Amino acid sequence: MLGAQNRTLWFWVFVGPFALGLALFTYVPLAWSVYLSFFDAHNTVSPDDFVGFGNYTAMLRNDAFTDSLVTFAVFSAFIVPTTFALSLALALMVNRLRRAQAFFRSVFFLPAACSYVVAALIWKLSIFNGVRFGLANTVLGWFGADQTAWLSTTDPPWYWLVIVTVRLWLQAGFYMILFLAGLQRISPVLYEAAAVDGARPGWQVLRHITLPQLRATSVAVALLLVINAFQAFDEFYNLLSDSGGYPPYARPPLVYLYYTALGQEQNLGLGSAGAVILALIIAVVTVGQATWFGLGRKED
Amino acid sequence: MTISRRTLLGTGAALGLLTACGSNTGRGGGGSGGSGPRLAQWYHQYGEAGVEQAVKRYAAAYEKADVQVQWRPGNYDEQTAAALLTDSGPDVFEVNGPSLDQIRQGQVVDLTDLFDGVRGDFNPAVLAPKTYEGKIWAIPQVVDMHLLYYRKSHLDDAGVRPPRSLDELVDAAKALTTEDVKGLFLGNDGGAGALGVTPLHAAGLSSVTEDGGIGFDDPAAARTLGKLHELYADKSLLLGAPADWSDPSAFTQELTAMQWCGLWALPAVEKELGDDFGVLPFPADGSGGKPALPVGAYGAAVSARSKHQEEGKAFLKWLWIDRTEYQEDFALSYGFHIPARLSLAGKAGKLRNGPAADAVRYSTEYGYAEPLLWTPASRTAYQDALSRIIKSGADPDDQLRSVVRTVRAELARAEKTS
Repeated sequence: MLGAQNRTLWFWVFVGPFALGLALFTYVPLAWSVYLSFFDAHNTVSPDDFVGFGNYTAMLRNDAFTDSLVTFAVFSAFIVPTTFALSLALALMVNRLRRAQAFFRSVFFLPAACSYVVAALIWKLSIFNGVRFGLANTVLGWFGADQTAWLSTTDPPWYWLVIVTVRLWLQAGFYMILFLAGLQRISPVLYEAAAVDGARPGWQVLRHITLPQLRATSVAVALLLVINAFQAFDEFYNLLSDSGGYPPYARPPLVYLYYTALGQEQNLGLGSAGAVILALIIAVVTVGQATWFGLGRKED
Repeated sequence: MTISRRTLLGTGAALGLLTACGSNTGRGGGGSGGSGPRLAQWYHQYGEAGVEQAVKRYAAAYEKADVQVQWRPGNYDEQTAAALLTDSGPDVFEVNGPSLDQIRQGQVVDLTDLFDGVRGDFNPAVLAPKTYEGKIWAIPQVVDMHLLYYRKSHLDDAGVRPPRSLDELVDAAKALTTEDVKGLFLGNDGGAGALGVTPLHAAGLSSVTEDGGIGFDDPAAARTLGKLHELYADKSLLLGAPADWSDPSAFTQELTAMQWCGLWALPAVEKELGDDFGVLPFPADGSGGKPALPVGAYGAAVSARSKHQEEGKAFLKWLWIDRTEYQEDFALSYGFHIPARLSLAGKAGKLRNGPAADAVRYSTEYGYAEPLLWTPASRTAYQDALSRIIKSGADPDDQLRSVVRTVRAELARAEKTS
């Protein structure tokens, strides 16, 4: 009754829609974008003016684009370790609680349910707005400090404080949960054995028992954090853009490409070339990272 | 621009309703009651109350087509640009352009023949950017302009007169800045977006000259833009206000003594401040300079992808050329705009007195419109440079040199394929 043929049928019933969606909404646009990147495609997706690698050389010579890559490298280099450390610290603290653990777990996790757009708007309009009644300025005002225009000050670059804190607030709780799950899997026997062997609780136990036991979780968290940093768009766009466009600082590549390809400029060829370059960089970094962490290798 | 939650939800629901109706009968539901083909008309979201109801009322009064108005909040330019690539876009739409590339890709329909006999009645300053190679690609709806609002009482208290030169503006902004009130608001980005090329015009220069050359390859440009950095360095600028420069809230709520805003805000300012305010153009700088302010117009255009182009043209002719009473209502009943028709602008009573009359006079004496050849790529390069000059104190000469390179490439591109 359930022969080989039916198995094939059911395989396609379940996998088919997903595969179809993947092809239609991911692979076709991807291929199309590569195709567009070789054409002068202003305001059209069916161009006929072939320019070879012209768009690529233009993009690589474009200071705005290369600056955006630097911006983004700096951002990732900062946000990934910071989020990692903060969520690990939260997890260690919550894990030690004897009472109200569920309460604090929920409190720290809740921001993860908030949308980036909403959080960005709250940060921009009420906490870090530049006028005297903004939350940050009110608090600083108690100590006699001048009002600061957080998102508009480039020297010192206060906008990074806003961008980084919103991301930390949104993400730390989620990764804390992953770390908590990892911590709870560590067998208490290990800690008892360490105590018997004379390991001092605190740094020594953390360094030699907890962190090695958390290795699988740490790798997963680090990978997820890097991927999330690559995809940074929402909070940058919502914090810094206005009707006149986007300022030339703190502009990650996705935001820059958005304005080039999809804004009024509608230069889809140039935008696609930039997207392909970005995709190649991401691919190289991800593969490098996976090799470095030994992802996919069997755990010993 | 304040959007209440109810409006937002209401809009969402209305759009949902429209699409829901569209699938079964192809008629009825949503908007107007006219017979004939169904036309989708798009507008960007106006901040002034009542505009949405007004445009729906106009559409409902048209009898030869069933016009469905879509009121689109959010990034309107991006939405229309993407929609014009597909068959499901609007038939007729409002456009902040059309851009040179939209015209050259044939995305909008030639509307020249609608202007027979009335072409001379349209304000030439705003008709010019809708014209490319002798053909007109959109009907200017109303003339918008930007201008400088100032609080008379604040200026009197500080003992400064309304600034007549850029240097006076810098000094006045500094003198007007107190602990709680800043001197000048040019937008949360420090002015790069809102001012655009206005300071170049104030220095007697331009973005792109009439014969298609670069209009600001001149030491005077760097000198003028460098002065904008002084405003920032003096901490005279309001930055990080909850509502950006296009909304008069910062001015009416006394966060700033002067603000660069639009004529559209004049009724709101008048309501809050009575006669305690005045308006000015952007003041002149240098010996060759004269005051400047930008004028522009959203245009009504027909999508080349529409299946009802003739009906779309007929509707636009009816609304924006024949029905002058609607044009007058649209321009003056909800926020102030100058009617795009000279005959209407001349008899608009609301624009005859006080600051409104000053504004109209400035628009004819000092108004400039951004030419079509000032493409979005040029604008982005220029704005980036201006932002670096204003906020980071970057060297204006260096910055402008790189802008000139970009603009030269854009002008060459325009030359090549035309």
